[in-house]
Amino acid sequence: MNRFFDLPSDLQHSWFGLIGLHLREALLPVLAGLLVSLPVAQLCVRFRWLYPPVLGLTTVLYAIPSLAFFVVLIDYTGQTELTVMIPLAVYSLVVLVPAIVDGVRSAPQETLAAATAMGFGPVRRYFQVQLPIAVPAIVAGLRVATVSSISLVSVGMLIGNQGALGNLLNDANIYHRPELAVNSVVTTAALAILADAALVLVRLVLTPWMPRGTRRVRRARTATARPEPAAQPVLEDAVR
Amino acid sequence: MNVLNFVNAFFSDGAHWHGYDGIPTRLAEHIQYSLIALAIAAAVALPVGLVTGHYGRGGNALAFIATAGRALPSFGLLVLMVILVGFGMVPVMVPLVVLAVPPILVTTYEALRSVDPSPVDAARGMGMHESRILFRVELPVALPLILSGLRSAAIQIVSTATIAAYIGIGGLGRYIIDGLYQRDYEKVVGGATLVAVLALATLGLFWGAARVAVSPGVRRGA
Repeated sequence: MNRFFDLPSDLQHSWFGLIGLHLREALLPVLAGLLVSLPVAQLCVRFRWLYPPVLGLTTVLYAIPSLAFFVVLIDYTGQTELTVMIPLAVYSLVVLVPAIVDGVRSAPQETLAAATAMGFGPVRRYFQVQLPIAVPAIVAGLRVATVSSISLVSVGMLIGNQGALGNLLNDANIYHRPELAVNSVVTTAALAILADAALVLVRLVLTPWMPRGTRRVRRARTATARPEPAAQPVLEDAVR
Repeated sequence: MNVLNFVNAFFSDGAHWHGYDGIPTRLAEHIQYSLIALAIAAAVALPVGLVTGHYGRGGNALAFIATAGRALPSFGLLVLMVILVGFGMVPVMVPLVVLAVPPILVTTYEALRSVDPSPVDAARGMGMHESRILFRVELPVALPLILSGLRSAAIQIVSTATIAAYIGIGGLGRYIIDGLYQRDYEKVVGGATLVAVLALATLGLFWGAARVAVSPGVRRGA
């Protein structure tokens, strides 16, 4: 146990260095996914017919296994971090787009009408009314995306040691040091849970108007009526 | 178009179609692992989700379990299990089941919670027993959602079962891992294509199952 943090030098990083690398490889894709899904979701809200095909496309992309995705990208981006990050960003879309669409749609009609009556243009209404109301749903989606992203990075080990904390797993095998594998799993899980808790905190800060510990999920669902069946899996997963 | 050339080369090579390392063998192994893992996960998560969803209690506990399950890295768990338990099927099944339980559990719970309460009340008023309410009223209405939870679990299992090859178990991951070590890119891409196709087939299968199993009335209302 005293060698728990005594990492082999081939990792090229200290334990904290690996954590930093892991967070970067996991969080940047989620951020990229969020930046892409905000406009995509807005388009889906504006043009309703767009939503089912977009959902179908993200679901199909989600069905591409991470390892398969990585190895196909190797041909274009080499055995680099980018190869790990692109699939993670794509996977985050499948959770984030429905979460944002659902959240933005959950703004009550009266609220929107009130905003319009106060002289809000569409842009200001989006940023100051719809987006804040969507925050709980968006954060719920971000939580799922972030946690899965953090745990998926480890697979990057298989494509030329791009797995950050996952690289410890290979070293655990080749140096016969099981404590390194324990270190990898425990640290990754702890990172994921901490990131999840941080996002809950973000939601609490961003939504001071929400009573603590409410059943917001219920409300969001009934307000949007029932989305298409295709929308459900991710949505349910996201809106827990 | 580089990748497509590799795919074509892999599938047109007759040697890949039979024998111990042939596509049929590996495909069968992969499907077998996936089915076992899905069956175990469903056997654990479905009853718990149905009961907690029916009574509407324990949502927070379920959310916590789901987060914990998601937080555990599948690949790390796999390697750790091999170190702890040794070579075999157990180290493969543990991460796959841990991976599949959260979506099934959460979706089943949410599916039952989102059932319109009025038919449930009506059923209770008619004197239906709780278990009959669950299976005759709530389950049919919640079925599309429950199936979608199973679907995302199944897709994740099929995708993740590839990593089993890292610890010397068969399945389609064999091609990817071996190909990477042998620097045989054709094999890698061929394996990746097979897994992706299998995952898409799973998607289609669940889509078809939902068509058949969900009552037309529920589908129309959805």
